[in-house]
Amino acid sequence: MAKKTVWTDNRFWQRSAAWVTGFAAMLLIWLTFDTSGQIAIGNDADLKNGVTKRVPGPTVINYKITYEMDAKRGHEIPVIGAKEKFFGRDDYSEEEAGKLLHLGKLGSQAKNCMDCHTLLGNGAYYAPDLTKAWLDPAWGPTGSMQAMTGKNTKEEAMAEFLQFPSKYPTHARMMPNLGITAEEAKGLVAFLKHMSSIDTNGFPRNFGKIQGALNGK
Amino acid sequence: MASNHLKWESKQLATWYFTFAAIIFGAQLLFGLVAAIQYVMPGFLFEIVDFSIARILHINALVVWMVFAMIGSVYWLLPDETGIETVGIKIGKLLFWVFAAAIVVVVLVYLLVQVGPADETTIWFITEGREYIEAPRWADIGIVVVVLGFIGNLYATGMKGKPTGIVTVLMADMLAFAGIYLAGMFFTDNITVDQFWWWWVIHLWVEATWEVFVGAIAAYGLIKMIGAHRQVVEMWLWIEVAMLFGSGILGMGHHYFWIGTPEYWWEIGALFSALEPLPLVAMFIHVLYDWGKQQGAAHERGEEGSVITNKPAFTWFVLQAFGNFLGAGVWGFFHTLPQVNLYTHGTQFTSAHGHLAFFGAYATILIGMMYVAIQGSNGIKVLKHTASSVAAVWMITGGVVGMTVSLTIAGYVDVIVTRAQMGATWAGYFDGHSGMWMAQAMDWRLIMGTVTFLGFLFLIKDFLSTGKNAVHTR
Ligand code: HEM
Ligand code: HEM
Ligand SMILES: [Fe+2]
Repeated sequence: MAKKTVWTDNRFWQRSAAWVTGFAAMLLIWLTFDTSGQIAIGNDADLKNGVTKRVPGPTVINYKITYEMDAKRGHEIPVIGAKEKFFGRDDYSEEEAGKLLHLGKLGSQAKNCMDCHTLLGNGAYYAPDLTKAWLDPAWGPTGSMQAMTGKNTKEEAMAEFLQFPSKYPTHARMMPNLGITAEEAKGLVAFLKHMSSIDTNGFPRNFGKIQGALNGK
Repeated sequence: MASNHLKWESKQLATWYFTFAAIIFGAQLLFGLVAAIQYVMPGFLFEIVDFSIARILHINALVVWMVFAMIGSVYWLLPDETGIETVGIKIGKLLFWVFAAAIVVVVLVYLLVQVGPADETTIWFITEGREYIEAPRWADIGIVVVVLGFIGNLYATGMKGKPTGIVTVLMADMLAFAGIYLAGMFFTDNITVDQFWWWWVIHLWVEATWEVFVGAIAAYGLIKMIGAHRQVVEMWLWIEVAMLFGSGILGMGHHYFWIGTPEYWWEIGALFSALEPLPLVAMFIHVLYDWGKQQGAAHERGEEGSVITNKPAFTWFVLQAFGNFLGAGVWGFFHTLPQVNLYTHGTQFTSAHGHLAFFGAYATILIGMMYVAIQGSNGIKVLKHTASSVAAVWMITGGVVGMTVSLTIAGYVDVIVTRAQMGATWAGYFDGHSGMWMAQAMDWRLIMGTVTFLGFLFLIKDFLSTGKNAVHTR
């Protein structure tokens, strides 16, 4: 280098790299604190008092959940409505519901759900996204899955399918039997119901609103 | 790989790491093929080796072979950079065997046990069920111990020997690389918190620490293979570090659009991740510019022929410059704005990007480092291409590009049909996935994946035979 200027001085760039990295890292840590507060799981009192949480408490399984357009935010958000029975009850205590959610979350990992499906849009692309699976019309009263499993409620239909998936194929691509027990299935359905109540900023868009008109079908 | 020309134990250990990495690379491709066949023929190995298991093996093998090759690269370059033998090399060698044995056990459990009951024992001993880092907790702890040993080697050597800019960057980077892994080791019932920290591992690895790592490796390669000027190369390296960390750390926001995290990540993620391609452009220019400059200077001095002392390795390094820019920079930018990501999030498009980025940014340069090791192990002055090394370059690269194109088309179908047209339900998913466009794309992915695998066989053939080939200058 003919003339030494600051621009060709390695120490200058080394210091810049350290400062830029330090600054970005500090900002990330600060945002992480803020975000952690906002995504901490809520509790039963919040639900009873109508306090909205991005991630509601486990007792959200006692309530009806829908996914509705919010005019102010410009996209859909989960709305927690009136009480709704879940496996015949709508009075799960904080502890009981927490246990179910714990079982379900563990189950989702122990069975590698994420390696075929996406959860919150992350995972594998071999099977449908499960973020709002609880709200999928297919499991509803007029849906094909309830009819196929011969059950009368959404949660029972889902639990039945999870235990014996290859008995209820919908397509050539089937879900395999993962040795899910009746109790684990109940936990998994609670986990799915809870996940559908998470405020995902409008993902997936238009979920369940379009009843199918592919190529005029 | 013959090691009679290696006077440093550190380099010998590097060849072990590279050898193990190459084997696991093969396993990665084989299980990728199993998963790709299942897309085309869903009954293939159904309830024997299900898609989930094949996929776990495919992407865990991917991470493992790359980590092994990265560690190998560091052990390789340390004596060159610092001028001394790696401090504590005996411990490093012992840890290699611990690491390799642990990986074999983890793989066998994935393959033979597959799933477990919904309790903590499964998390400890079978699978954690979190994409890329499924490894059970006992293995997590083992990996941390082994990697700490490696970092101990690196720090002790860097501090005792000559701490060049490259070694300084590696020291800082490898510590961050290992530290971030800790964010992926705990269990929580809150899936949003789970995904928040999961991305600390995945994103801060591939878009921050690993990128800086390859920046340092490219710098080393340029000095070694074309005789680039160290001061210039290291200045570029520091600029790259500033740009990579400056954009990549907060660029993590592009994964916090839809997982339950607050809306402000839309702006932060969009802004910083949109800047992420810039350092990749810089890195691309840097490699090609230095090459041109060194070659030009050689011609001016009246020297005939190329300045490159390792043709296959340099070919892979140049492919890295292209691949990193295209796979991470262009394919990454495609879906990084929230307006687009709302529809592309978690589709075949993601898979297209994942393939070209991992291959382009990392597989290429690590294969290049394996050639550097072959050259050194055999005492070769100028390592040249052979028919097999050329076939490997074309078939592996062509195959991955072909898969990426197929997956990009599949991605359009997924985005348009499954997501935009059908609203992402169960029925919508299968409308997207049972159509003819998707089926054709999946056929082509399988064909191009097979081409990749055949290219890999040429690569292995070349690895095993080129050292003895008479074409090289010794
Ligand atoms: C070499 C560097 C990179 C590698 C290896 C890489 C790899 C990946 C992989 C494997 C995924 C999928 C993760 C999953 O399984 O869920 C992903 C997602 C993503 N990447 Fe990258 N990436 C790189 C760089 C970039 C860059 C520079 C950008 C932006 C400019 C980017 C943008 C994205 C986005 C937006 C997603 C989320 C996709 C979704 O929502 O489904 N990536 N990346
Ligand atoms: C023989 C060639 C290959 C085949 C047939 C293949 C096939 C596959 C398949 C079927 C998946 C699952 C995608 C899904 O969930 O829908 C996958 C995922 C993945 N593969 Fe490959 N693959 C091959 C080579 C590679 C290479 C060379 C790399 C990188 C160096 C790679 C990196 C990945 C990554 C990062 C993912 C996860 C993507 C994501 O989550 O978005 N694969 N591959
Ligand atoms: Fe990222």
